[in-house]
Amino acid sequence: MDAKCEAKCAYLLRLGDNALVLSQRLSELCGKGPALEEDMALTNVALDLLGQARLWFTHAGELENRGRDEDALAYLRDAHDFRNLLLVEQPNGNYAHTLVRQFFFDTWHYFQVGALTQSSDQRIAGIAEKSLKEITYHLRRSGDLVVRLGDGTALSHAYTQTAVDELWMYTGEAFNYDEIDLQMVAQGIAPAAEGLRAQWLAHVGDILAEATITMPPPDAWMQKGGKAGRHTEHLGYLLAEMQFLQRAYPGATW
Amino acid sequence: MSKEWPLWEVFIRSQHGLAHKHVGSLHAPDADMALNNARDVYTRRNEGVSIWVVRAADIVASSPFDKAALFEPANSKVYRHPTFFPMPEEVKNL
Repeated sequence: MDAKCEAKCAYLLRLGDNALVLSQRLSELCGKGPALEEDMALTNVALDLLGQARLWFTHAGELENRGRDEDALAYLRDAHDFRNLLLVEQPNGNYAHTLVRQFFFDTWHYFQVGALTQSSDQRIAGIAEKSLKEITYHLRRSGDLVVRLGDGTALSHAYTQTAVDELWMYTGEAFNYDEIDLQMVAQGIAPAAEGLRAQWLAHVGDILAEATITMPPPDAWMQKGGKAGRHTEHLGYLLAEMQFLQRAYPGATW
Repeated sequence: MSKEWPLWEVFIRSQHGLAHKHVGSLHAPDADMALNNARDVYTRRNEGVSIWVVRAADIVASSPFDKAALFEPANSKVYRHPTFFPMPEEVKNL
Protein backbone atom coordinates (compact mmCIF):
# COMPACT_ATOMS: atom_id res chain seq x y z
CA MET A 1 0.00 0.00 0.00
CA ASP A 2 1.53 3.32 -1.05
CA ALA A 3 1.50 6.46 1.04
CA LYS A 4 -1.15 8.10 -1.08
CA CYS A 5 -3.56 5.24 -0.46
CA GLU A 6 -2.70 5.18 3.23
CA ALA A 7 -3.81 8.78 3.67
CA LYS A 8 -7.01 8.14 1.77
CA CYS A 9 -7.79 5.07 3.88
CA ALA A 10 -7.20 7.06 7.04
CA TYR A 11 -9.49 9.78 5.73
CA LEU A 12 -12.24 7.29 4.89
CA LEU A 13 -11.96 5.75 8.35
CA ARG A 14 -12.50 9.16 9.91
CA LEU A 15 -15.68 9.62 7.91
CA GLY A 16 -16.88 6.13 8.81
CA ASP A 17 -15.99 6.45 12.49
CA ASN A 18 -17.88 9.72 12.86
CA ALA A 19 -21.02 8.15 11.45
CA LEU A 20 -20.64 4.90 13.39
CA VAL A 21 -19.99 6.42 16.81
CA LEU A 22 -22.79 8.97 16.52
CA SER A 23 -25.12 6.24 15.29
CA GLN A 24 -24.25 4.17 18.37
CA ARG A 25 -24.94 7.15 20.64
CA LEU A 26 -28.33 7.79 19.05
CA SER A 27 -29.22 4.10 19.25
CA GLU A 28 -28.83 4.31 23.02
CA LEU A 29 -31.93 6.52 23.02
CA CYS A 30 -34.15 3.95 21.31
CA GLY A 31 -37.30 3.73 23.40
CA LYS A 32 -36.23 6.69 25.54
CA GLY A 33 -37.14 9.63 23.31
CA PRO A 34 -39.35 12.34 24.83
CA ALA A 35 -42.21 11.39 22.49
CA LEU A 36 -42.92 8.44 20.21
CA GLU A 37 -42.36 10.59 17.14
CA GLU A 38 -39.00 11.86 18.42
CA ASP A 39 -38.00 8.32 19.23
CA MET A 40 -38.67 7.24 15.65
CA ALA A 41 -36.86 10.25 14.24
CA LEU A 42 -33.75 9.68 16.35
CA THR A 43 -33.52 6.04 15.40
CA ASN A 44 -34.09 6.92 11.75
CA VAL A 45 -31.12 9.25 11.92
CA ALA A 46 -29.10 6.54 13.68
CA LEU A 47 -29.94 4.10 10.87
CA ASP A 48 -28.99 6.63 8.20
CA LEU A 49 -25.63 7.19 9.86
CA LEU A 50 -25.01 3.47 10.25
CA GLY A 51 -25.68 2.97 6.55
CA GLN A 52 -23.20 5.73 5.74
CA ALA A 53 -20.58 4.21 8.06
CA ARG A 54 -20.95 0.90 6.24
CA LEU A 55 -20.34 2.56 2.87
CA TRP A 56 -17.20 4.37 4.07
CA PHE A 57 -15.85 1.29 5.84
CA THR A 58 -16.44 -1.03 2.93
CA HIS A 59 -14.60 1.35 0.63
CA ALA A 60 -11.76 1.82 3.13
CA GLY A 61 -11.45 -1.95 3.62
CA GLU A 62 -11.24 -2.60 -0.10
CA LEU A 63 -8.73 0.17 -0.61
CA GLU A 64 -6.36 -0.84 2.18
CA ASN A 65 -6.59 -4.45 0.97
CA ARG A 66 -5.71 -6.01 4.32
CA GLY A 67 -8.71 -8.28 4.50
CA ARG A 68 -10.68 -6.05 6.87
CA ASP A 69 -14.34 -5.71 5.99
CA GLU A 70 -16.89 -3.33 7.52
CA ASP A 71 -17.41 -5.63 10.53
CA ALA A 72 -13.70 -5.95 11.25
CA LEU A 73 -13.32 -2.18 11.09
CA ALA A 74 -16.29 -1.55 13.39
CA TYR A 75 -15.81 -4.33 15.92
CA LEU A 76 -12.14 -5.22 16.02
CA ARG A 77 -10.46 -1.87 16.53
CA ASP A 78 -9.85 -0.41 19.97
CA ALA A 79 -10.38 3.21 21.02
CA HIS A 80 -6.91 4.41 19.97
CA ASP A 81 -7.58 3.12 16.45
CA PHE A 82 -10.80 5.07 16.15
CA ARG A 83 -10.55 8.37 14.31
CA ASN A 84 -13.88 10.02 15.02
CA LEU A 85 -14.28 13.61 16.14
CA LEU A 86 -14.49 14.02 19.92
CA LEU A 87 -17.87 15.71 19.45
CA VAL A 88 -19.71 12.56 18.37
CA GLU A 89 -18.51 10.40 21.27
CA GLN A 90 -19.86 12.80 23.90
CA PRO A 91 -22.64 11.28 26.05
CA ASN A 92 -26.26 11.95 25.17
CA GLY A 93 -26.85 13.93 28.37
CA ASN A 94 -30.27 15.56 28.37
CA TYR A 95 -32.28 16.08 25.20
CA ALA A 96 -30.81 19.53 24.61
CA HIS A 97 -27.32 18.00 24.75
CA THR A 98 -28.28 15.33 22.26
CA LEU A 99 -29.81 17.82 19.86
CA VAL A 100 -27.10 20.46 20.11
CA ARG A 101 -24.45 17.79 19.52
CA GLN A 102 -26.49 16.59 16.56
CA PHE A 103 -26.92 20.09 15.20
CA PHE A 104 -23.20 20.94 15.45
CA PHE A 105 -22.33 17.67 13.75
CA ASP A 106 -25.06 17.84 11.10
CA THR A 107 -23.97 21.32 10.09
CA TRP A 108 -20.37 20.21 9.59
CA HIS A 109 -21.49 16.96 7.98
CA TYR A 110 -23.76 18.77 5.54
CA PHE A 111 -21.10 21.14 4.25
CA GLN A 112 -18.35 18.52 4.39
CA VAL A 113 -20.25 15.80 2.52
CA GLY A 114 -21.75 18.42 0.22
CA ALA A 115 -18.21 19.37 -0.80
CA LEU A 116 -17.25 15.71 -1.14
CA THR A 117 -19.85 15.30 -3.89
CA GLN A 118 -17.40 17.38 -5.97
CA SER A 119 -14.49 15.14 -4.97
CA SER A 120 -11.95 14.10 -7.61
CA ASP A 121 -12.45 10.54 -6.34
CA GLN A 122 -15.51 9.13 -8.10
CA ARG A 123 -16.32 6.54 -5.45
CA ILE A 124 -16.16 9.10 -2.65
CA ALA A 125 -18.29 11.50 -4.67
CA GLY A 126 -20.83 8.73 -5.19
CA ILE A 127 -21.11 7.85 -1.51
CA ALA A 128 -21.33 11.55 -0.68
CA GLU A 129 -24.13 12.04 -3.19
CA LYS A 130 -26.14 9.23 -1.61
CA SER A 131 -25.51 10.40 1.95
CA LEU A 132 -26.18 14.06 1.34
CA LYS A 133 -29.93 13.53 0.90
CA GLU A 134 -30.13 12.01 4.37
CA ILE A 135 -27.87 14.60 5.93
CA THR A 136 -29.92 17.44 4.46
CA TYR A 137 -32.88 16.12 6.40
CA HIS A 138 -30.85 15.60 9.59
CA LEU A 139 -29.69 19.19 9.48
CA ARG A 140 -33.16 20.57 8.89
CA ARG A 141 -34.53 18.55 11.77
CA SER A 142 -31.84 19.25 14.35
CA GLY A 143 -31.74 22.97 13.46
CA ASP A 144 -35.49 23.20 13.82
CA LEU A 145 -35.44 21.51 17.22
CA VAL A 146 -32.57 23.64 18.53
CA VAL A 147 -34.65 26.73 17.70
CA ARG A 148 -37.69 25.21 19.40
CA LEU A 149 -35.76 24.41 22.57
CA GLY A 150 -33.71 27.60 22.66
CA ASP A 151 -36.71 29.78 21.96
CA GLY A 152 -39.04 27.65 24.06
CA THR A 153 -39.51 27.98 27.81
CA ALA A 154 -37.04 29.58 30.21
CA LEU A 155 -35.99 26.11 31.31
CA SER A 156 -35.48 24.69 27.81
CA HIS A 157 -33.56 27.85 26.91
CA ALA A 158 -31.24 27.37 29.87
CA TYR A 159 -30.63 23.70 29.04
CA THR A 160 -29.89 24.56 25.42
CA GLN A 161 -27.49 27.38 26.33
CA THR A 162 -25.65 25.05 28.71
CA ALA A 163 -25.39 22.35 26.05
CA VAL A 164 -24.01 24.84 23.53
CA ASP A 165 -21.46 26.15 26.03
CA GLU A 166 -20.35 22.67 27.08
CA LEU A 167 -20.05 21.19 23.60
CA TRP A 168 -18.50 24.25 21.97
CA MET A 169 -14.91 23.19 22.64
CA TYR A 170 -15.42 20.06 20.54
CA THR A 171 -16.50 21.96 17.43
CA GLY A 172 -13.08 23.22 16.29
CA GLU A 173 -11.46 19.85 15.73
CA ALA A 174 -13.11 19.23 12.38
CA PHE A 175 -11.43 22.32 10.93
CA ASN A 176 -8.03 21.66 12.48
CA TYR A 177 -6.37 20.01 9.48
CA ASP A 178 -3.45 17.63 9.91
CA GLU A 179 -1.14 16.01 7.34
CA ILE A 180 -3.83 13.56 6.17
CA ASP A 181 -6.46 16.24 5.66
CA LEU A 182 -4.00 18.46 3.80
CA GLN A 183 -3.01 15.61 1.48
CA MET A 184 -6.69 15.04 0.70
CA VAL A 185 -7.14 18.71 -0.07
CA ALA A 186 -4.04 18.71 -2.27
CA GLN A 187 -5.41 15.76 -4.26
CA GLY A 188 -8.75 17.48 -4.76
CA ILE A 189 -10.50 14.81 -2.75
CA ALA A 190 -11.56 16.88 0.26
CA PRO A 191 -12.54 20.53 0.74
CA ALA A 192 -10.26 23.09 2.41
CA ALA A 193 -10.80 23.92 6.07
CA GLU A 194 -11.28 27.69 5.81
CA GLY A 195 -14.28 27.58 3.53
CA LEU A 196 -15.94 24.84 5.56
CA ARG A 197 -15.40 26.68 8.81
CA ALA A 198 -16.89 29.88 7.42
CA GLN A 199 -19.97 27.99 6.23
CA TRP A 200 -20.28 26.19 9.56
CA LEU A 201 -19.99 29.38 11.61
CA ALA A 202 -22.49 31.21 9.40
CA HIS A 203 -25.15 28.51 9.64
CA VAL A 204 -24.64 27.78 13.34
CA GLY A 205 -24.66 31.53 14.01
CA ASP A 206 -27.97 31.96 12.17
CA ILE A 207 -29.70 29.11 13.95
CA LEU A 208 -28.39 30.03 17.41
CA ALA A 209 -29.50 33.63 16.87
CA GLU A 210 -32.97 32.42 15.92
CA ALA A 211 -32.92 30.18 19.00
CA THR A 212 -32.04 33.24 21.14
CA ILE A 213 -28.91 31.41 22.25
CA THR A 214 -25.63 33.26 22.78
CA MET A 215 -22.96 31.85 20.50
CA PRO A 216 -19.61 31.27 22.23
CA PRO A 217 -16.59 33.02 20.62
CA PRO A 218 -15.36 31.23 17.46
CA ASP A 219 -11.75 31.73 18.56
CA ALA A 220 -12.30 30.00 21.91
CA TRP A 221 -9.87 27.24 22.88
CA MET A 222 -10.74 24.00 21.14
CA GLN A 223 -10.21 20.42 22.24
CA LYS A 224 -8.61 18.06 19.74
CA GLY A 225 -7.19 14.53 19.45
CA GLY A 226 -9.98 12.34 18.10
CA LYS A 227 -8.63 12.37 14.57
CA ALA A 228 -5.29 11.09 15.90
CA GLY A 229 -6.83 8.39 18.13
CA ARG A 230 -6.64 10.35 21.40
CA HIS A 231 -10.15 10.29 22.77
CA THR A 232 -12.13 11.47 25.75
CA GLU A 233 -12.83 8.90 28.46
CA HIS A 234 -16.26 8.21 26.97
CA LEU A 235 -15.26 6.27 23.85
CA GLY A 236 -13.83 3.24 25.65
CA TYR A 237 -17.11 2.55 27.40
CA LEU A 238 -19.07 3.02 24.21
CA LEU A 239 -16.87 0.52 22.36
CA ALA A 240 -16.89 -1.98 25.24
CA GLU A 241 -20.65 -2.14 24.90
CA MET A 242 -20.74 -2.07 21.12
CA GLN A 243 -18.03 -4.67 20.58
CA PHE A 244 -18.82 -7.07 23.42
CA LEU A 245 -20.39 -9.87 21.41
CA GLN A 246 -17.76 -9.87 18.68
CA ARG A 247 -15.00 -9.95 21.32
CA ALA A 248 -16.68 -12.78 23.25
CA TYR A 249 -17.37 -14.88 20.15
CA PRO A 250 -14.81 -13.77 17.58
CA GLY A 251 -15.41 -14.73 14.00
CA ALA A 252 -19.03 -15.71 14.51
CA THR A 253 -21.27 -15.18 11.49
CA TRP A 254 -24.49 -13.22 11.99
CA MET B 1 -49.46 15.73 26.36
CA SER B 2 -52.86 15.79 24.69
CA LYS B 3 -53.05 19.54 25.28
CA GLU B 4 -49.60 20.53 24.01
CA TRP B 5 -49.28 17.81 21.40
CA PRO B 6 -52.63 17.64 19.60
CA LEU B 7 -53.56 14.79 17.31
CA TRP B 8 -52.95 15.10 13.56
CA GLU B 9 -54.34 12.94 10.80
CA VAL B 10 -51.88 11.99 8.09
CA PHE B 11 -52.66 11.54 4.38
CA ILE B 12 -50.01 10.29 2.01
CA ARG B 13 -49.82 10.00 -1.75
CA SER B 14 -47.26 7.36 -2.67
CA GLN B 15 -44.89 7.69 -5.57
CA HIS B 16 -47.27 6.26 -8.17
CA GLY B 17 -50.45 6.84 -6.22
CA LEU B 18 -53.29 8.87 -7.67
CA ALA B 19 -54.70 10.32 -4.49
CA HIS B 20 -53.79 10.97 -0.89
CA LYS B 21 -54.84 8.15 1.39
CA HIS B 22 -55.38 8.34 5.10
CA VAL B 23 -52.60 6.31 6.71
CA GLY B 24 -52.90 7.08 10.39
CA SER B 25 -52.43 9.73 12.99
CA LEU B 26 -49.75 11.13 15.25
CA HIS B 27 -49.11 13.75 17.89
CA ALA B 28 -47.14 16.92 17.19
CA PRO B 29 -47.02 20.46 18.63
CA ASP B 30 -47.51 22.16 15.24
CA ALA B 31 -47.94 21.54 11.53
CA ASP B 32 -44.24 21.65 10.66
CA MET B 33 -43.35 19.04 13.20
CA ALA B 34 -46.39 16.99 12.24
CA LEU B 35 -44.98 16.90 8.69
CA ASN B 36 -41.52 15.90 9.89
CA ASN B 37 -42.96 13.26 12.17
CA ALA B 38 -45.25 11.91 9.47
CA ARG B 39 -42.24 11.52 7.26
CA ASP B 40 -40.39 9.57 9.93
CA VAL B 41 -43.31 7.48 11.09
CA TYR B 42 -45.21 6.73 7.90
CA THR B 43 -43.04 7.09 4.81
CA ARG B 44 -39.63 5.76 5.82
CA ARG B 45 -38.59 8.53 3.50
CA ASN B 46 -39.55 7.18 0.12
CA GLU B 47 -38.87 9.82 -2.44
CA GLY B 48 -41.67 11.37 -4.44
CA VAL B 49 -44.36 11.18 -1.82
CA SER B 50 -46.68 13.96 -0.85
CA ILE B 51 -47.88 14.34 2.71
CA TRP B 52 -50.89 16.19 4.05
CA VAL B 53 -51.37 16.69 7.75
CA VAL B 54 -54.62 17.95 9.21
CA ARG B 55 -55.41 18.67 12.80
CA ALA B 56 -57.81 15.95 13.88
CA ALA B 57 -60.01 18.63 15.48
CA ASP B 58 -60.53 20.21 12.03
CA ILE B 59 -62.09 17.10 10.56
CA VAL B 60 -65.86 16.81 10.66
CA ALA B 61 -67.12 13.25 10.40
CA SER B 62 -70.56 12.01 9.52
CA SER B 63 -72.45 10.41 12.33
CA PRO B 64 -73.24 6.68 12.21
CA PHE B 65 -76.79 7.57 13.28
CA ASP B 66 -77.28 9.54 10.07
CA LYS B 67 -76.40 6.55 7.96
CA ALA B 68 -79.93 5.85 6.87
CA ALA B 69 -80.73 9.46 6.08
CA LEU B 70 -77.53 10.08 4.18
CA PHE B 71 -76.94 6.93 2.20
CA GLU B 72 -79.94 4.69 1.93
CA PRO B 73 -82.21 6.74 -0.36
CA ALA B 74 -79.68 6.23 -3.14
CA ASN B 75 -80.08 2.47 -3.05
CA SER B 76 -83.77 2.58 -3.91
CA LYS B 77 -83.20 4.62 -7.07
CA VAL B 78 -81.21 2.55 -9.51
CA TYR B 79 -81.09 5.38 -12.05
CA ARG B 80 -78.69 7.14 -9.72
CA HIS B 81 -76.08 4.49 -10.30
CA PRO B 82 -74.10 4.84 -13.50
CA THR B 83 -74.23 1.13 -14.24
CA PHE B 84 -76.22 1.20 -17.47
CA PHE B 85 -73.48 2.63 -19.65
CA PRO B 86 -71.06 0.32 -21.41
CA MET B 87 -67.55 1.60 -20.69
CA PRO B 88 -64.89 1.58 -23.42
CA GLU B 89 -62.05 -0.88 -22.73
CA GLU B 90 -59.50 1.95 -22.69
CA VAL B 91 -60.98 3.71 -19.72
CA LYS B 92 -59.31 2.52 -16.59
CA ASN B 93 -59.46 3.60 -12.99
CA LEU B 94 -63.20 4.14 -12.90
